[in-house]
Amino acid sequence: MNLNPHISVDVQHAVLPSRAVKVRARDVNVFYGDKQALFDVSLDMPERSVTALIGPSGCGKSTFLRCINRMNDTIAGARVEGSIELDGEDVNDRSLDPVLLRARVGMVFQKPNPFPKSIYENVAYGPRIHGLATSKSELDAVVEQSLKQAGLWNEVSDRLQQSGSSLSGGQQQRLVIARAIAVRPEVILMDEPCSALDPIATARVEELMDDLRQSFTIVIVTHSMAQAARVSQKTAFFHMGKLVEAGPTDEVFTNPRDTRTQDYITGRFG
Amino acid sequence: MSPLDFLFGTTWDPQIAIRADQVAAKGAFGAVPLFAGTFLIMLIAMSVAAPVGLFSAIYLSEYASGWTRAVVKPLLEVLAGVPTVVYGFFAALTVGPLFRGFFNAVGAELVGGPLDGLGLYLMQVQNQMALVAGAVMGIMLIPFVSSLSDDILNAVPQSLRDGSLAMGATRSETVKKVVLPAALPGIMGALLLAVSRAVGETMIVTMAAGLQAKTTLNPLDTVTTVTVQIVTLLTGDQEFDSPKTLSAFGLGLALFAITLALNVVALRIVQKYREQYD
Amino acid sequence: MTDAVLSPPAAGQADRNAAIAARLKRRRAQERRFRWYGRAAILVALSFLAILLGRIGLQGYSTFVDYRITVPVYVDPARVDRADITGANYDQLIAEAVLARLGERDDEFGRTSGKLRELLSNDLGFQVLDIVRADPAKIGQTVSVTGPVGADAGLYFKGQIDRAAPESDRKLDDQQLAWLDRLKADGLISSGFNTSFFTKSDSTEPEQAGVLGAVVGSFLMLIVTAGLAVPIGMLAAVYLEEFAPKNRWTDLIEVNINNLAAVPSIVYGLLGLAVFINWLAVPRSSPLVGGLVLALMSLPTVIIATRAALKAVPPSIREAALAVGASRTQTVFHHVLPLAMPGVMTGAILSLAHALGETAPLLMIGMVSFVPGVPGGFTESATVLPVQIFIWENASERAFHERTAAAILVLLVFMILMNLAAILLRRRFERRW
Ligand SMILES: Nc1ncnc2c1ncn2[C@@H]1O[C@H](COP(=O)(O)OP(=O)(O)OP(=O)(O)O)[C@@H](O)[C@H]1O
Ligand SMILES: [Mg+2]
Repeated sequence: MNLNPHISVDVQHAVLPSRAVKVRARDVNVFYGDKQALFDVSLDMPERSVTALIGPSGCGKSTFLRCINRMNDTIAGARVEGSIELDGEDVNDRSLDPVLLRARVGMVFQKPNPFPKSIYENVAYGPRIHGLATSKSELDAVVEQSLKQAGLWNEVSDRLQQSGSSLSGGQQQRLVIARAIAVRPEVILMDEPCSALDPIATARVEELMDDLRQSFTIVIVTHSMAQAARVSQKTAFFHMGKLVEAGPTDEVFTNPRDTRTQDYITGRFG
Repeated sequence: MSPLDFLFGTTWDPQIAIRADQVAAKGAFGAVPLFAGTFLIMLIAMSVAAPVGLFSAIYLSEYASGWTRAVVKPLLEVLAGVPTVVYGFFAALTVGPLFRGFFNAVGAELVGGPLDGLGLYLMQVQNQMALVAGAVMGIMLIPFVSSLSDDILNAVPQSLRDGSLAMGATRSETVKKVVLPAALPGIMGALLLAVSRAVGETMIVTMAAGLQAKTTLNPLDTVTTVTVQIVTLLTGDQEFDSPKTLSAFGLGLALFAITLALNVVALRIVQKYREQYD
Repeated sequence: MTDAVLSPPAAGQADRNAAIAARLKRRRAQERRFRWYGRAAILVALSFLAILLGRIGLQGYSTFVDYRITVPVYVDPARVDRADITGANYDQLIAEAVLARLGERDDEFGRTSGKLRELLSNDLGFQVLDIVRADPAKIGQTVSVTGPVGADAGLYFKGQIDRAAPESDRKLDDQQLAWLDRLKADGLISSGFNTSFFTKSDSTEPEQAGVLGAVVGSFLMLIVTAGLAVPIGMLAAVYLEEFAPKNRWTDLIEVNINNLAAVPSIVYGLLGLAVFINWLAVPRSSPLVGGLVLALMSLPTVIIATRAALKAVPPSIREAALAVGASRTQTVFHHVLPLAMPGVMTGAILSLAHALGETAPLLMIGMVSFVPGVPGGFTESATVLPVQIFIWENASERAFHERTAAAILVLLVFMILMNLAAILLRRRFERRW
């Protein structure tokens, strides 16, 4: 029974008994200037699993993702209302420094954006700025472990001092993932991480996601239905700034509740 | 006069000697002290223009609101549009006397104390010290450096900034560790262009630097520059005798070669840098 | 409530977060400091601008007011020889007339009248001479003339001579200052807007020096510059952008045009001296040779601006014109160039404004000479505003410094007008495709 009017469609059907909620969004509204991009979005993202956000272009997936690590703060004129909790703590709380929040919530972008530095320095960037490694050997260990976890170590272990941009697109994207996990975040946000990659590189990143979800909570935006179906445990469908439907991936894909969802996943629009 | 003596000679004294024991009967034309003076003034100018211009550009491109940019950028353009003869006037009649007064007063305080020698020296400092011309030239170059650097910083892709901020870096860490290293070649090019401007600048030094050719690195000393000597050799009341005209053209040629080389290198670097992010 | 249980942060993560939080204060302080460096840099740059313009304004504004004295002079037939009207010492006559009004007597050596003459401009004497020459019947009558007081007297009235300073440190002694006070109290001195600064040309006497000659010189020179640099630069750019084949040579030319734009201006002066004066024998110091040199200097910028404007015209316009059967030349001159024209003109005006303020190359071609009149043509000796500023700045009289600053203000006004014209042009014709 649900008497709380704020609790949305999502919560009523969020039947993932084995997973605790890591990120919880309630009534999130986002405005770019006068234009509203998100309307009352409420969504729970379970711990140590992959949540996929799908929907037609411009429906607000990236906007929602950026709310979680407050990257919208960097956009002039963007305003976020509602609450987003990370382990029960409001990320928009004034006492929470976005620096700390972003150390806990990492992000991977659509286009691989390695810094114009060496592979080593790219991965060491986060631990360095946050002061997480006290010695060179500790830093070396973190870099190695992160690269291994990102499945890149075998390919680059002998050329760590080469520039990050000398790698192929798929390698760059895994480098960026290694960079993100080097600070041991709790959540990793990925905004269409495979859209600039070829199928083989995409497959590698998808495999990687499956590994990573053992230790991290992952939220991914994707345009590929197949990818959402393959990698995610939970899927949320956005349409025109509203969350239409969210639930276990199997259910959303096999038995969508809303006709719009059905139309979208069967390719009738979007 | 051989070209080698001209380029590498260390005495510059173009006045026709009055007494026989003076440097050379026909005046000495060794250009080294002129290049040294040019270099010293350029160094002073760059140490004003580089930090102020660079930090202005960083603030404008990384921090300032659209409103601040809309106000500050045109004002800096005004500073860039002021003719150099106006800077020269400002240097000669405002900054020169001001600095001289300051150093003389400091000198007067020091005389008789443990730094007596320094005090005596400071009391004799002239209006035409290298520091005055250099500082004013630095002011002139600020908008030049800042607008070039601003363009270059803006060419650094936003995705690099986003990547760094999303890692939890602060804005200043992002600028220092990601944006500036990425922009470094371009900024070096911009600074080289500014150096070339400083080397070729004429009016400020003609009006505010001296005529004494000296090889020194002391900013309080009076030095002269290549451009000042070209002007003095080709203007004024002296007769238009041939060694002077010739050496003026020699200096002009050297100046042209140096600035051209600087420009070619600088534009190359900037071009390469732009292509990298196209 | 059916909310799922929130997971507690893992123990290792709590430690890590604490470690990051511990450093946060320092990093935030660093961030603030860095931001302040940026603000300080901008503040420094803008205050330089304010000090520069403010100081020049303060030094120069007093030029726009001048002090005049009106003296009735008895043209004594005993002193002015009808046969040799120009031979008389009118300055002395005037000085004695003023002395008489002040109730002072001259000593036998003429020292007192000498001191008084220092307070008056010799312009007064020339005025009496002109009157008498025009009408010799005035000899034996009293004529009234009005003219500027001497430069130092002017400075005194403007409050730039400190009465409290020791007498030996002043240009004017106590007696001279007392005289000036009395003349003012008696109503002989009047003040008003200094029109003569705009109607006269250079002079050795600061109180009579004006900018008219320099303004006309600058104008003539800019006509030459514009007449050469704009059409040539434009055609060169049109050729390079629309017609030239893309090969090694055009690439080389392109690179070199950019390099030439950064060559020091004094080098153009040397080139002008060698080519135009020594070889082609164009008259020295003339607006013609100045304009030629500045045209050379402005060419690269005009070319660059024109090419940018041409590049901004979308290819669809060219394709459309070609598609309806226009030739390549017709396409460029009837369709592309007219659309690019506002951009071209903006660039041209800006580079002319820059040329207007240019000084160094003009020193090379002899424009530093003293030119007392208004230049009558392109080949006559002339001076231009920035060079006038340079010449006056070199003068030792303090009264010239005031005029230098005023001449700078005049120059800046012209430059601002030109820049405004460019901005308006850009606004008016701004087009978005
Ligand atoms: N910086 C911004 N300023 C103004 N409006 C924005 C901004 N970013 C996004 N928007 C608008 O907000 C809406 C949602 O954009 P968002 O980028 O979140 O969509 P999306 O679902 O990620 O689309 P896509 O699949 O194409 O990436 C769009 O209408 C977009 O135009
Ligand atoms: Mg998106």
